[in-house]
Amino acid sequence: MSERYNGTELMICLASRVMVDGATAFIGTGVPMLAASLAQRMHAPNLVPIFEFGGTGAVLDKLPLAVGDMRTFNRALLASGISDIMEAAQRGFVEFGFIGGAQIDPYGNLNTTLIGTPSKTKVRLPGSGGANDIGSSVWRTIMIMRQSKRGFVPKVDFLTTPGYLDGPGARERAGLPADCGPYRVVTNLCTMDFCPETKRMRLMALNPGVTLDEVVENTGFELLMPEELKVNDEPTDEELRILREEVDSERLYI
Amino acid sequence: MTDKTIKVLQEGQGKLIQPFDLEEFRAHNRARDKSLVDKRMTEAEAVSRFITDGDYIAIELYGTVRCPMSLTREVVRQRFENLKTAGQGVYEADLLGAADCCTEMDWTYIGLEVYGVSSNLRRAVEGGYVKEICEWSNAALAWRFKAAAMGVPFIPVRSMLGTDTLKYSAAKVIECPFTGEPICLIPALVVDCGLIHVSRADKYGNCQIDGITGFAKELAGACKRLIVSCEEIVDTELIRDQPDKTFIPWFQVDAVVEAPFGCHPGEMGRVYERDEDHIKDYFTSSRDPEKVKAYLDKWIYSVKDHAGYLKLVGEEKLAALRIEEA
Repeated sequence: MSERYNGTELMICLASRVMVDGATAFIGTGVPMLAASLAQRMHAPNLVPIFEFGGTGAVLDKLPLAVGDMRTFNRALLASGISDIMEAAQRGFVEFGFIGGAQIDPYGNLNTTLIGTPSKTKVRLPGSGGANDIGSSVWRTIMIMRQSKRGFVPKVDFLTTPGYLDGPGARERAGLPADCGPYRVVTNLCTMDFCPETKRMRLMALNPGVTLDEVVENTGFELLMPEELKVNDEPTDEELRILREEVDSERLYI
Repeated sequence: MTDKTIKVLQEGQGKLIQPFDLEEFRAHNRARDKSLVDKRMTEAEAVSRFITDGDYIAIELYGTVRCPMSLTREVVRQRFENLKTAGQGVYEADLLGAADCCTEMDWTYIGLEVYGVSSNLRRAVEGGYVKEICEWSNAALAWRFKAAAMGVPFIPVRSMLGTDTLKYSAAKVIECPFTGEPICLIPALVVDCGLIHVSRADKYGNCQIDGITGFAKELAGACKRLIVSCEEIVDTELIRDQPDKTFIPWFQVDAVVEAPFGCHPGEMGRVYERDEDHIKDYFTSSRDPEKVKAYLDKWIYSVKDHAGYLKLVGEEKLAALRIEEA
């Protein structure tokens, strides 16, 4: 890891680069908020951030601390409510969703509910919140997580939010909207996508200074390998400056 | 005749914590007073009149955002022990957990967002005080209120399908009679008493909300009884000047409580910011049951009412949180 930036800053920059100008994107608490704010100031001034309790199209001058706080509708185009937002997603209006979790499996299924089993819960986690709705309805889900064997598991203890469930066609068979699902996984070690045929997680690009061994050691299942392994670009000076001086000048997250 | 039976493909194994009776709900709503009656009262009066132990209550929006905290504190103060609730919650649901007020919960998200899960609810759940948890997604809970508000038994949705969230909920999956595809049905949630904080209301309960509306409309329509707190009570003429701004109408409201800074330590959009120090302090203290007890004693049990609470917070602090009008 370079001394120019820390792991969180790198994840924010990588997530930010996935955000497309003019696209609609569900933004969750934490890294996604910073990434969206950075993207608006870099390459995606017309990114439409959507917060699940109603804030739509805000200008992210100040960093929200909660998905319902007043910064989520700062100079926004619409301040509505959760049903309006989730119904718009259900009818296909929302392209991206940025979410995270305590556990993820090879098909991109996420657990934010509990560790253990429902009858013998070891650790109670916050629960689905809007994650299940976002993972069900948006066209492309992007997961942002720290990578470790404990978090990247063969099978999640509790399947809170649908990825590709148990493989190709499973989402459609369950009745979920067709042709959508996990798109990217952004971690402190690498970026991954999903093999179109098997719907399993596949390494895409290593983060600068990270070795393939490190990724493998920190993944609890067999990761598919790409034909050509790329390396992600380091955060630029401009990205870091904007992130530190404008996006999170109070250093709440970074 | 062809077989027209609709196939039930899957049934969630979670408990339907609040079974509903739509005929009874209709009859109840018919009997509600639609005349213009002055409904102003204190938190203490509203909570004691409209909430009975064992009731199912629901609180909008959540903990740190336009949340009726003065009402929530009153619920804790009156030491209910056996409430049921919907946990679309952050700080308010956590307080109910800390004070052992709830035994059954429809759960979607409980945590303190950037601070993570508080130890209070963890203790209540892992230690067994909360005996029943039924899982839902955020939208599912809002849509369950919406189903009740529509007066129908369920709403078909495309969330929760294929997951454990559905398996441990009380939803059902059927083969859609129109498309033949699986569709998730989520049951109506008729609430005994709802608590909502709004920007302003008149004495009859006509409410205006500035900023995002969360799930206020859905919840207001799903309640048998509704207590509204507001930043200020305004003259009805102001309501009549712009009836398009009435987000919750008087006939759905049973009590109107004037509560300036009623969301503290949370925020009220454009009026005051959240009290980060207070929230952090609460979160830190949540790790130690003794400190939690001290917190509840200091901020709730030994304070008589909302005015007393605000005095304890201090004028200086409140002034610092207030947002200057542009």
